[in-house]
Amino acid sequence: MLYRETGQFKTTYQSDMQIFPIRQDRIAMYALLAFAFIGVPLLSVFKIGWFGHDYIFKAILTPFLILSLAAIGLNILTGYCGQISLGAGAFMAIGAYFGFKFATGFGPLMGLPVVLSILLGGFSAALIGILFGIPSLRIKGLYLAVATLAAQFFFDWVFLRVKWFTNYEPSGSVASPRLDILGYTVQSPVDRYLMALTFVTVFAFLAKNLVRGNLGRQWMAIRDMDIAAEIMGIRPFYAKLSAFAVSSFFCGVAGALWAFVHLGSWEPLAFDINRSNDLLFMIIIGGLGSILGSFLGAAFILILPIMLNVVPLKLGLPMTTETITHLQFIIFGGLICYLLIKEPHGFAKLWSLAKEKLRLWPFPY
Amino acid sequence: MASFGSFLEVLIGGLLSGVLYSLVALGFVLIYKASGVFNFAQGAMVLVAGLALVRSLDWMAAKGMPNWAAIMLGLLFAGAVMALCAWFIERYLIGPLLNQDGLTLFMSTIGAAFILEGLGQMVFGSDVYPLKLYPTDAWFVLDSIFPGGILVNKLDVWGGLVAGVLVGGLAAFFTYTRTGRALRAVADDHAAAQSVGIPISWIWFVVWLVAGLVALVAATVWGTKLGVQFSIVFLALKALPVLIIGGFTSIPGAIIGGLIVGAGEKLAEVYLGPFVGGGIEYWFAYVVALAVLMVRPQGLFGERIIERI
Repeated sequence: MLYRETGQFKTTYQSDMQIFPIRQDRIAMYALLAFAFIGVPLLSVFKIGWFGHDYIFKAILTPFLILSLAAIGLNILTGYCGQISLGAGAFMAIGAYFGFKFATGFGPLMGLPVVLSILLGGFSAALIGILFGIPSLRIKGLYLAVATLAAQFFFDWVFLRVKWFTNYEPSGSVASPRLDILGYTVQSPVDRYLMALTFVTVFAFLAKNLVRGNLGRQWMAIRDMDIAAEIMGIRPFYAKLSAFAVSSFFCGVAGALWAFVHLGSWEPLAFDINRSNDLLFMIIIGGLGSILGSFLGAAFILILPIMLNVVPLKLGLPMTTETITHLQFIIFGGLICYLLIKEPHGFAKLWSLAKEKLRLWPFPY
Repeated sequence: MASFGSFLEVLIGGLLSGVLYSLVALGFVLIYKASGVFNFAQGAMVLVAGLALVRSLDWMAAKGMPNWAAIMLGLLFAGAVMALCAWFIERYLIGPLLNQDGLTLFMSTIGAAFILEGLGQMVFGSDVYPLKLYPTDAWFVLDSIFPGGILVNKLDVWGGLVAGVLVGGLAAFFTYTRTGRALRAVADDHAAAQSVGIPISWIWFVVWLVAGLVALVAATVWGTKLGVQFSIVFLALKALPVLIIGGFTSIPGAIIGGLIVGAGEKLAEVYLGPFVGGGIEYWFAYVVALAVLMVRPQGLFGERIIERI
């Protein structure tokens, strides 16, 4: 009843081409952004409800936002361009460590401002991403997936063994530089949340526009059938490598944020193969080829383990921590299998189905 | 001559440990050939098989059974557990996901791996369980040619023998039995095989069962080497470069890929490692695999990938 586009006439090309063509969607988006940018900090200042605790910012909101960004990055490569990658974690690590090097300075280079370092970390990841994307010109599918594992293991090793990256820190773990932005130091959990939110909002809109444009359409053509796309005049070289570059850039920025804003101090272990697997789960459960799906998947994968931790405690079931860990494995695996069987196109598909239903509701005939 | 002796020692050690990678890779190849599923759960299957075996052995030893009977019964029990796993996976996972694309199937096997790891450890326990099925002492050969001889681990030799027997057995099974022929037909074309009356879900059950039994064999060797423990799961990851070097669809490829990876990474660690800080065993195999892929995208022995519009 409320969600209906009757009477919304498009009189210009511009209004026909906008991101959210339906007015209700636009209003909902503005409301969501306003709530995230203004409402949540206000709630936390006045300590209302859940938002009064630091926990929700530290353990849920900030990681959720950053992982969503990484998932968008992986989704660009896997969901839009069809190149499976098991090495997304490596590109996060590259973003984090190069960002760290840029922020602390090396050689003749002085330490750069934090935001610039994060972006430069992303660019470094993009360059290396192009390098590791070259095999994709010859191989595809699961073979490529294994090739991207090479990136994962190689960079795990590099950041563990090459001391230059950790500034010769004896413990091997590095601490994030102070997050100074134009003279203001980002410190409290809410500040950190807002910083992550700003980055994610900007990059999500960037991604949304990229995939609607020329480049995104090339990627999708490659994904749907690369030989046909090539015959139609799309250069696979350019399309595939640009997907690798953009995807690695997003993952790199997300990795730098994860290290600087979320973790504070980190080791290579923070970006190991499990991180890559988690990201792949996120985009598959959320929905391949959907920006919204990246967010939904990130929320699901992040919150599920927390729920599995909390629920048995709340129910007062007497269980050893070992049993809980194993049970988590089982439930996690089971849910993934169940979701894949019931809805192979992910939450994003459920969402669009719900929207279709809602347009006709309450008279679906 | 001494340095050549030590080179040979490293080479032989590497080749023999490569055979053990092949054991895990074999399970992957079997399933990929027959159903096009890239089975990430192979490592978890090795873990579950190993746990079932070692726990039942312990239990029967505590009951005072003679050793040979305990081992027979233990292997039978572990085989039955693998059959149960195969049935569940076929019935509730691969069956419903029929005709989905490769990525979805791949993810579903990751889900299955989680379930198997959790369930296996919950039922059988999650400590490190030592397994003693093969002799593990060192063995010096060729001391007449090289001073001090060449040190070879007996377990690795046994592993090589077992792998050889296994490959021979599988080849015979595929070539001479009815089920084996049906299996190859299914691998060739699901729909065509089904239309000539081959019961496809039964065949897939058999494939997963055979992969489970291969996992059991791999578990006996790896369990003796490292003890049955959770980290065995990560073997599955080591088997991946083996697979792409040999090609996803080739059983001899899995063996030869394993040999290349095993020898390559040991030699690289010994002769190259000191210059770059050591620990390159960790990624060397993958980089070799990457290099092979650049030259031969289907692996050394894989079937040629032909694409049409």
